[in-house]
Amino acid sequence: MLSIQNISKTFNPGTINEKTALNDVSLHLEDGDFVTVIGGNGAGKSTLLNAVAGTWMVDEGQILIDGVNVTKLPEHKRAAYLGRVFQDPMTGTAATMEIQENLALAERRGKRRSLRPGITKQERAEYKELLSMLGLGLESRLTAKVGLLSGGQRQALTLLMATLQRPKLLLLDEHTAALDPKTAAKVLEITDLIVNRDHLTTLMITHNMKDAIQHGNRLIMMNEGKIILDIKGEEKKKLTVKNLLDQFEKVSGEQFANDSALLG
Amino acid sequence: MNISTLINALPGACAQGLVWGIMAIGVYITYRILDIADLTVDGTMATGGAVCIMMLMSGHGIGISMLAATGAGMLAGLVTGLLHTWMGIPAILAGILTQLSLYSVNLKIMGKSNQAVNVNNYDLLVSLRYIKGVPLWQNTIFIVIVLTIVLIAILYWFFGTEYGASLRATGCNPSMSRAQGINTNFNKVIGLMLSNGLVALSSALLAQYQGFADVNMGRGAIVIGLASVIIGEAIFGKIFRNFALQLLAVSFGAIIYYIVLQVVIWMGIDTDLLKLLSASVVAVFLAVPYWKEKYFSKPVKKGGSQNA
Repeated sequence: MLSIQNISKTFNPGTINEKTALNDVSLHLEDGDFVTVIGGNGAGKSTLLNAVAGTWMVDEGQILIDGVNVTKLPEHKRAAYLGRVFQDPMTGTAATMEIQENLALAERRGKRRSLRPGITKQERAEYKELLSMLGLGLESRLTAKVGLLSGGQRQALTLLMATLQRPKLLLLDEHTAALDPKTAAKVLEITDLIVNRDHLTTLMITHNMKDAIQHGNRLIMMNEGKIILDIKGEEKKKLTVKNLLDQFEKVSGEQFANDSALLG
Repeated sequence: MNISTLINALPGACAQGLVWGIMAIGVYITYRILDIADLTVDGTMATGGAVCIMMLMSGHGIGISMLAATGAGMLAGLVTGLLHTWMGIPAILAGILTQLSLYSVNLKIMGKSNQAVNVNNYDLLVSLRYIKGVPLWQNTIFIVIVLTIVLIAILYWFFGTEYGASLRATGCNPSMSRAQGINTNFNKVIGLMLSNGLVALSSALLAQYQGFADVNMGRGAIVIGLASVIIGEAIFGKIFRNFALQLLAVSFGAIIYYIVLQVVIWMGIDTDLLKLLSASVVAVFLAVPYWKEKYFSKPVKKGGSQNA
């Protein structure tokens, strides 16, 4: 479904701030794979996701989504294949627009936006039903401005928007990191629900090792712009935080320096 | 200070406010919907009039002349849009560059710094002569009101369409818009064209109204536009929630601006100071939300609400 072939990205090349964020990374996801991505700060996790999303172009390598080479495609064109949820709850939704308007915008992802009405009656009914699935009481607030919602509600809504048009690939960039633990758990629960229901191929970054172990069928760990661990199948099911840390030390030769990942 | 002079001047102020209201709706589209402060309008506010007057003088009808003026404004918006999106120039600077170049363009359109048309020789849609003593359907105030309502209705429809919604999203949250497959650069260009088209239309009306186009007639237009937007929001913001009503509030804002201006002039202020006064008023109003946030914001409890 997703094929990343030897991509590299260096930010601010030739300056004192030069940083190689991705160093010859390759990754292949099968249809229906749910991959969790962990790694310390600056390991290249978000860079990897942004490379796929097309936030900027990669320096080298190729990215294929379902066989289509998207390497040179601008962000808004790649969006046809992708569902995205961001770390900052403010990023994924339009605050000054209504809940139903946000959903209607998402419904038209990858389609031509014409001069037909921006939202139809039938869609309103459909959204009501979808929102009630979240169990957050949003189904009665279709015309409320999204800016009035809490961070958790906005992330849940963004998740719904990302999957309203079935994406070929769902990109979750630490989408629970800005939420309190209880809300984060709820949003993760909704994530699992939607991913399982639609059998979505998913790439989820998380800071939390426990989450990375509990969710998905495959786990990759990144360090200094490279994928250093790739655990799947039975091995992934048996994984614990402790042996993940042991493996990290063995591969990288250093301590895992990220408190929040250990404490979470 | 004779009160009857003021009362006599009010219909004219109303008409001018209505004409500038259309310009202010254009500013609203860039400033509030696209989140761009577009300074092109200072140039466009002369271009529209210049094109309209020259078209009239070369024998074209009023309809086609105003259409050409609107088109010229859209072209100016296109230039600013391309400077911003294609050449990567910050929006404010892109607007200033277009505005400056429009000064030369406007001089070339008119051949000199101003051109006048006599209302007796041309079939004008609006004029300061058509304020009193003409049948209703010829009355400038009536005509501009109808035009404003029609424009608001079209804009209301447009911003409710699939494409219009994507324009609103572009201004509200560009990252989200791109993630939802919206070409934000294209949308910004279209928004700027739409806005400057309205400004040029307003300019064409203003030139007819005052009977001439002048290369300086747009100076400070952005400030008048912003003032109208801000006045409209300050007075009607709480009651006018609907998008169409918000646009109407902008038009009201422009009318109020011109009535206040008329009152201030009537009170005998040195008219040289008017632009200083307008700029100061706009500056203070723009500062109010910032000050509110900075000095009067209530502390928010961390952790969000209980309901997820």
